[in-house]
Amino acid sequence: MTWFASPADAAARLTAVGYLADPATATTTFLAGALEKPMLVEGPAGVGKTELAKAVARATGAELVRLQCYEGLDEARALYEWNYKKQLLRIQASANDQEWSATHDDIFTEEFLLTRPLLTAIRREEPTVLLIDEVDKTDVEVEGLLLEVLSDFQVTIPELGTVEAIRRPLVVLTSNASRELSEAVKRRCLYLHLDYPDAEREREIVASQVPGLDDRVAEQLVATIGRLRELELKKAPSIAESVDWARTLIALEIRDLDDKAINDTLGVVLKHASDHDRAIRELRLKK
Amino acid sequence: MNEQRAVHRSGLVDRHISFLEALRGAGLAVSLAEDLDAIAALTALEWSDRSVIHDAYAATLLKRQAQRPTFDALFDLYFPRLVGEGARAADDSNEEAGEGDGARDNAQALQAFQAELLDALSQDDQQRLLQLAAEMVGRFGAMPGRGPGLSSWSAYTALQRVSPQELVDQIVQALLSEGRNDDEAQRVAGRRLGAFTRQVEDDARRRIAEEKGPDHVANVAIRPSIDRLDFTSARRSDLEEMRREIYPLARRLASRLTQEHHARRRGPLDFRRTVRASMSTGGVPLVTHHKPKRPHRTELVVLCDVSGSVANFAQFTLLLVFALRDQFQKVRAFTFIDHVHEVTHHFTPGADVVDVMADLAASTAHAALWGRTNYGRALTKFEENHADALGPKSSLLILGDARSNYSDLHADVLSRLAGTARHAWWLNPEAARHWGTGDSAAPTYGAIIDMVECRNLTQLGEFVHDLAG
Repeated sequence: MTWFASPADAAARLTAVGYLADPATATTTFLAGALEKPMLVEGPAGVGKTELAKAVARATGAELVRLQCYEGLDEARALYEWNYKKQLLRIQASANDQEWSATHDDIFTEEFLLTRPLLTAIRREEPTVLLIDEVDKTDVEVEGLLLEVLSDFQVTIPELGTVEAIRRPLVVLTSNASRELSEAVKRRCLYLHLDYPDAEREREIVASQVPGLDDRVAEQLVATIGRLRELELKKAPSIAESVDWARTLIALEIRDLDDKAINDTLGVVLKHASDHDRAIRELRLKK
Repeated sequence: MNEQRAVHRSGLVDRHISFLEALRGAGLAVSLAEDLDAIAALTALEWSDRSVIHDAYAATLLKRQAQRPTFDALFDLYFPRLVGEGARAADDSNEEAGEGDGARDNAQALQAFQAELLDALSQDDQQRLLQLAAEMVGRFGAMPGRGPGLSSWSAYTALQRVSPQELVDQIVQALLSEGRNDDEAQRVAGRRLGAFTRQVEDDARRRIAEEKGPDHVANVAIRPSIDRLDFTSARRSDLEEMRREIYPLARRLASRLTQEHHARRRGPLDFRRTVRASMSTGGVPLVTHHKPKRPHRTELVVLCDVSGSVANFAQFTLLLVFALRDQFQKVRAFTFIDHVHEVTHHFTPGADVVDVMADLAASTAHAALWGRTNYGRALTKFEENHADALGPKSSLLILGDARSNYSDLHADVLSRLAGTARHAWWLNPEAARHWGTGDSAAPTYGAIIDMVECRNLTQLGEFVHDLAG
């Protein structure tokens, strides 16, 4: 199956499911499908990295299998695990005179295998989007585990043999770049850096995410966000914050984003006290 | 086979390979596998749009956002946006032909061009600015050569003649009328001018590459990426960019340190707890329990030279150290030129980076008596006034280029200080090959305490990581 016909097709279908992709994103997404290579998406928090994977799944009608990475994630949580409690029961329930070799063959079968996201994604016969979220949060050992999966789309289980992908999933890895990933992982991936969008695109995104927003307010909001990003802040507001802000304005029924309104709702966009002070000082907001 | 030879003749593969060579030369790790990926990606795409090719190359060859500027610059060299004056100029050439070369470059033309540039800059019209940059180099930056192939282009000449800097005030006025306040207008105007200057430089590079071949330019004209740029050779706009990098860098380091601490957190086996826990599984110890490990945290004393030549380096290091303060037990910072002044109080938790920088710059005056760097005197003063700062638990970190204007070095004071502290390091922002040249006392001091070369953000980050880890 081809995922997308062309970059333009990718952009159009992503737009149709509510994800406004820029040309670089559309091209890389198309290539990820065409070359059957995983896609590594990096960028600041809240620019829509995870959302991209979900949107691809929606646009292609594929199912999303998600592996959320965290510190201490291991093979048993990422790949597969033997259901040892069930195996124990099986051994206890079997008749005493049964040969060990027979029991052994019995308990290492499909029935006792607990598949985890990576194995699930590989064994699925329907189109699948595999999202490996925040891959930089894992330990280095897990990267080694990913290598086999990402390059050959196969998993080796000693007792069962090698399981190969029936249909290659489209893999999206996201990372906040809190740690450099190993060269080996990066080499196997297409790289995409998502950044803050330009004003025009951001306005479109806000408008599509928050339908009830007045055009004039949306323009003011995007302009203010743009000005905030120019300041030296600890955490610049991202798209997620713009959307939150727009929702806040709707909830508070603010029809005009003047100094007072900005001042009252600034907590939605800026999450550090010192950023707050700086914004008020630099934008000369009146209390 | 025939087909392959035909492709080869077009020069496309040659260009592709020399582009990859240039990327490797600039420090990007591009392997053969990535080379093949790029080819596969290009085959899967249509060649109708330059930006698609750019994105495809970026997706397959680029693996780190910090390398983006280098990649973009090289891509522009090997796959230029336009050739010569571009297609647009060819259309215009009919009407301009009558005026001849003289009319293209005189005082009147210069003024008209400035007016147009001002208009474009005030509106921040990117498309037009790109055209203007190309036009500017073409008209005002040409350096006629002695013969064919020897003519060249100079961004410097073009910038000197048109001098966009003079337009700052007018751009600020335009921004103010848009409702921005004056600080902000100044900043935005500065940034737009900086961006335009870069566009002009890029275009000059493109033209030179066209005449002399991209390989020639790629070797000399590409600046290293921001995290590999020397502190001592950074421009003002680079410094600003570096400052923006400090906080993300600190966050990356902090999360890396926490992860590493966690990985090493398991202390020796706690036998009693393991056995007790095994009771619930019939005496089989399924889970082992460990005694927690007591984390060791360093007490840090930073002593930095803030004289003009190395002030930036000292500021970056201080900012980074204080951004990571929770990784250390305690941090005290002193600045010196020929006198010592404590600056710890400027670094309140959660303080604003820009404010701290301003405070530091203002407090430089306290660190100088006569204003000539004198390491010997500064060390003696430190020993006299702040000897209590150093103890057996603390680490001493000295930042500076060890250029002491041929004054008395007081190496004995330094060895006493180093003897009191648990560890002592000297960070030198100069390249190691310059140590010991001129008035540098690096060999003398380096013999007493470990001297480490620390020229860019990457090296600084690595050092601070090892210090805290």
